[in-house]
Parts: sequence; C-alpha cells; structure tokens
Amino acid sequence: MLEIKGLTATIDGKEILRGIDLTVPEGEIHAIMGPNGAGKSTLSYVLSGREGYEVTGGSVTYNGADLLAMEPEERAAAGVFLAFQYPVELPGVGNANFIRTALNAIRRARGEAELDAVQFLKEARAAVTALKMPDDMLKRNVNVGFSGGEKKRNEVLQMALLKPTLALLDETDSGLDIDALKIVAEGVNALRGPAFSALVITHYQRLLDHIVPDRVHVLAAGKIVRSGGPELALELEANGYAGLEAA
Amino acid sequence: MPAVNETIETVDRISGGGYKFGFETNIEMEFAPKGLNEDIVRLISAKKGEPEWLLEWRLKAYRAWLSMEDPAWARIHHPRIDYQDLHYYAAPKKPAPKSLDEVDPELLAMYEKLGIPLNERAALAGIAVDAVFDSVSVATTFRDTLAKAGVIFCSISEAVREHPELVRKYLGSVVPAGDNYYAALNSAVFSDGSFVFVPKGVRCPMELSTYFRINARNTGQFERTLIVAEAGASVSYLEGCTAPMRDENQLHAAVVELVALDEATIKYSTVQNWYPGDAEGRGGIYNFVTKRGACRGRNSKISWTQVETGSAITWKYPSCILQGEGATGEFYSVAVTNNFQQADTGTKMIHLAPNTTSTIVSKGISAGRSNNTYRGLVRIMPRAMNARNFTQCDSLLIGDRCGAHTVPYIESRNRTAKVEHEATTSKIADDQLFYCRARGLSEEDAVGLLVNGFCRDVLKELPMEFAVEAQKLLAVSLEGSVG
Ligand SMILES: Nc1ncnc2c1ncn2[C@@H]1O[C@H](COP(=O)(O)OP(=O)(O)O)[C@@H](O)[C@H]1O
Ligand SMILES: [Mg+2]
Repeated sequence: MLEIKGLTATIDGKEILRGIDLTVPEGEIHAIMGPNGAGKSTLSYVLSGREGYEVTGGSVTYNGADLLAMEPEERAAAGVFLAFQYPVELPGVGNANFIRTALNAIRRARGEAELDAVQFLKEARAAVTALKMPDDMLKRNVNVGFSGGEKKRNEVLQMALLKPTLALLDETDSGLDIDALKIVAEGVNALRGPAFSALVITHYQRLLDHIVPDRVHVLAAGKIVRSGGPELALELEANGYAGLEAA
Repeated sequence: MPAVNETIETVDRISGGGYKFGFETNIEMEFAPKGLNEDIVRLISAKKGEPEWLLEWRLKAYRAWLSMEDPAWARIHHPRIDYQDLHYYAAPKKPAPKSLDEVDPELLAMYEKLGIPLNERAALAGIAVDAVFDSVSVATTFRDTLAKAGVIFCSISEAVREHPELVRKYLGSVVPAGDNYYAALNSAVFSDGSFVFVPKGVRCPMELSTYFRINARNTGQFERTLIVAEAGASVSYLEGCTAPMRDENQLHAAVVELVALDEATIKYSTVQNWYPGDAEGRGGIYNFVTKRGACRGRNSKISWTQVETGSAITWKYPSCILQGEGATGEFYSVAVTNNFQQADTGTKMIHLAPNTTSTIVSKGISAGRSNNTYRGLVRIMPRAMNARNFTQCDSLLIGDRCGAHTVPYIESRNRTAKVEHEATTSKIADDQLFYCRARGLSEEDAVGLLVNGFCRDVLKELPMEFAVEAQKLLAVSLEGSVG
C-alpha cells in the first residue's frame, strides 16, 4: 500500500506540490488527471527519488517503509517503477543489456540469484512478442533513434520485465495511436493482481477504457482537488478542468 | 577469460580496497647501482651476455639521449625526473630458469594470486604467456605449440641469443635508437620484453599475451618489444599490466616496434592499468611509451587497440607508417583519467603509399581533476594517391573540474586524399543517471554502463577476454567520480 500524507515539495525553492494526500491500497490502480503544469510529473519524480525535487513536508510510505528515505535504486528494488513521460536516451547501451543489468541489480538487492543471459533473453523475447514490438527492440541502444511511440512502448517493455509492484506511469499513452495504446494497457493489465498497484497519469479518458481504474484523482496546482470512481474521468472528458484549480 | 576475472577478484581480496591491483612480492633483487652512465649501459649488456653490436647500439643510443631534452609539448606536468636517482637494472637473483620447476616459488605464487594462466589455466584459456617480472623473463609457455607453427615467441634477451640475425635486422628499424628522448633512453638501457616472429604465410595459432609487472622500488622499467609478421602472416598480441602500490613516482619508458610485410596483419591490444597515484595525486607511474608499427608490405595491416586507465601520466602515441600500397592502419583508444591523472595520448598515421587507409577512434573520459588530451597527426605524403583517413574523436566529461582537449593535426599533401574528422564532447547527463537509478542501478553501475556505452566502438575491437577485463577496469577506475 502506498500512503502519501501532506506531501509538499519544491523545485528551486518554488513550491510545486502543496499538500498531497493519497492512498493506493494493494491491488488497486488509481488514475491521476489534471491540467499541464499541475505537478503530476513532479509527484512521480518525488516518489521515485529524483534529485532537485526537495521534499519540504509530509510523508510517503510504501508497504510500511519510508520511501522518501531511500535512494532511487533502493526504491526500484522495493518494487517501484517509473515509466518516464520523456524516456531518456542512453547511447551505446544495448536495450537488452540495460534491462538485464537493471533486473540483476534489483535481484541482487533482494538477495535473489541473478538471471543468466540465456534465461533473460528468453523472457525478453517473449515479452517483446507479447507486446507486439519489433524484434530489433532488444538490440537497439536504449531509446536512441526511437520514435516517440517506440520510447513509450520501451518503457512498458522494461516494466513487463522488471515486474514492479508499484508502477507510476507518467503519460505513457500520450502520442500513441489506438493500437499502441491497447498494447500499453495490456502491459499494465498483465501485471494486475493482488500485490500490484499503479498510479496512471493521463490526460485521456480513452486509456482508462482499457485500464479501468479503481479511483480517479484530479491534481491541480499541486493538490488533489477531486477524487472519484471511473465515472469522474468521463465527466472530466466532457467538461475539462475548468473551475477545478480554484477548488 | 577466467584468468582475467580471477585476477581482479584475487587482487581485490589481497589489497583490501583502495587501489585494487597494488601489492608487492618479496623476492630478493639484485640491483645495479643507481644512476646512468656508459658503465651502467655496459653492465646491462654484459649481464645479458649481449654481442658487441648490441652494446654499440645501446651506447650510441645513450650518447644520443645525453644530447636530447625531454619533450615539453605535451599537456602534462610533473616534477623533473632525476635520472641519476633510478636503478637501471634489477632482476631476480637466480639465472633465468629453463622450466617452471626452476622458477622461484614465491614468484609463481604471485602469478597465481594474479590469476595469470601459466600452467593448465593457460591451456584452458588458450593463451601463451610470456610473463615478465621486472627485467628478466622467467617463464614462457606454449613455446612448443608455437614452435610447431614456426612462430617464435620469447623474451627479447633470448631472441638476441637464439635469433641474433632477426633481432639485428629489425631492432630499431621502426623506432630508431635516437627517435625521441624516451625511446633513446629505452634503447640504451632496455631490460627485457617480448619478441615475436611469425614467418611467411603463418597465422599464429593463439593469441599472445604478456603481463608486465613493475616490482622493484625505484627501478625504471624499460621494456622492449619487437613483433615481425612476414608476408601473409598474422598475429594478435595482448599486453596487460597491473602494478604494486607505492609512494614514489616510477618511470616507465617502453618501446614497441611492429613490422608487417606484404598482406601481413598485426593486432596489438593493450589494457594499461598501472598505479595511477592516490586520490590526492601522490605517486603513480609515469608512462612514456613509444609504440610504432611499420606497414612495410602491400595490403599489410596494423591495428592498435588500447584501454588506458592507469598511470599518473600517460604519454603515448601508437602510430602506423603506411609504406606499402593499400596498407591499413587502425587506432582504437579508450583513455580514462580520474583524480589528478594526466593523459596525453593519440596516434600518428603517416600515409606514404597510394591507396592507404587509416581509421582513428578515440574515446577520452575525464573525471575528477584530471586532464585528458587527444593528440593526433594524420599526414598524407605526395605519393599517397587516394589515401583515406577517418577520425572519430569523442570526449566524455564526468564532473566539472576535469579537462578534455583535442589536438588534431592534419597535413595533406595529396589532393586525391580524403580526410574526415569528427569530434564530440559530452557529459554524463543527470537525467541519464537518474533514468538508470530509477531502474535499480547504483550510481556507480550507472556510470559504468554509460561509460562502457560511450566506449563501445573501441571495446568491441578487443579480444573477448580483454573486453571483459576492460569493462571492469573502466568501472573501477571511475569509482568515486560521481556523487
Ligand atoms: N526543473 C524544473 N525547474 C523549475 N520548474 C519546474 C521544473 N520542472 C517542473 N517545473 C514546474 O513545476 C510545475 C509542475 O510541473 P510538472 O510536474 O511537470 O507538471 P505536469 O506533469 O502536471 O504537467 C510547472 O509549473 C513546471 O513549470
Ligand atoms: Mg508531466
């Protein structure tokens, strides 16, 4: 269970998160919607431990552990995964090598045996096929020369192989056509289960047709201004965010 | 390959952190008195029982050296070296052994610690090892297999005794005795090194590997290596080294000469990991090396690959003289500097003949307060019709207190020649580090991964067993460079 209480955070002294309270019980998927600049990405970075995002108040626990006290890689080992809004290019680093290195780092941190290259490749190829991605996805350098859509799908591929228990998806659907969007949704739904939870940041109701959320929250100007069931997304789709920021 | 991993693990265990490759063995040394003069040169030559011509050659080099100044053009700074305060000859006390049984057990124990594959391990790894301990070669393996193929692989002292006509023909033919300050010094006092001769039409049946160790306090180390590949022959030679921890700076001035005749190929790979000094810049090896290959024959090829992570100072420009029509020269380099290390390294490609081609790929990585300079010369002479050069020269900065410098000289005297030069400078970006860490990698592993990615085009040129070692070395030598 993810529990965020009274979370405030600044960037360069500017307050971006202004008191977030949010609980995501195990097994649930929550959607976060909200206008540009509301602080959605900031929240995802704070949860995954990015430098430069200073937490000035509040607390975040994940399965009882103080998430904010951990290094980013410790959070990954604890099961947290961030699908970046803007995935980063790593020139010269092969995708398969990158994911395997990450997976083994996580396994080592958990005291599990490392996966050998053959085992890993078998799993990775299966995941590539399941996500209907081109075969060369594993051979290419991480995100280098990828189209916008390929980068997003590569985030989902990494998620599928790292098997997090808490996924933070930051606009993973943006810029995707409907087929790609379905693939992303399948990637998330495949992980769904009693121990898996996710925060799905999106602008579009259409993603939520495929990943049906347990709860929908609206983040505006650094605060959760409304929460509701899946029907809230439909309402936002119809009426927009007008008037919400003042709330 | 197993040797490589064991080496790292074992040494790691013994040294207990810090410099992972530093320890000393306790073998009684026989020293020549400190200082350098004609008598010392004569002593070295006499100790080795050398013929008169070689003594004369050494003396000529010594006299040339006396009249020379150490070069001041490189971007390196160090206190003046007192050449009279060094030993120029040191060797294990016993005479060179004929078999492993005669080798000092303590020495063997050290090699075992290092994981050098002398016995069965060498067989498993498929590598012949000519292990050099200070000045005298103590053991050579796989001589028989090589001998059957007609390949000569032995210490240069032995070559002087057994194959004097070959040594006399080629020694100094690529790097003349008076070529430069350090080469002249080496020619005067060279202690030992390797000799490889691959006769006409023979592909050397195994990778040749030498591990150099510097072990005697205050002993300058002057290796001399000579590799000759006759027409149609090919050979791949690996050189790798680690050094014990010590406080004083140590001078190392090696010379490597390569000769490739018609259609011959020589691939020379180096992983250099000598003691770089401590985090404050104290100690470390001064490494002044002259490496040069002559592509004498038609369509001959010489390829240098180097991974330079060690030494306080690296001064090194492995070069190719493309004399034969259609000859190819290659230089693939990774140079890492951290803390207060200084590297001024690069290559020279001298195109003398038509249709000659050269490729330069240089990857410089600077961290800490280090300075890393690429210095390269591409010279196309008038006769070199249709010569081609491609140079890719990339610098990667870690932190903002280090320096990266690129000094490419291009001299083209033939209009049909095509010379291309590309250069980039980049930093490891915060978002790249965070992306990796968010996936579970530690900061140091992330740097290692990104640096290995940056160096990929060079690392893939290394023989497999070296590629693995090199990747680890890159990570090790950049430890503490971030965060
Ligand atoms: N690195 C940064 N430096 C300064 N301000 C930033 C930085 N990143 C984001 N912000 C500001 O923080 C606010 C929230 O940004 P963000 O979390 O990216 O919003 P969202 O993801 O909801 O569109 C915006 O006003 C944005 O301009
Ligand atoms: Mg955003």
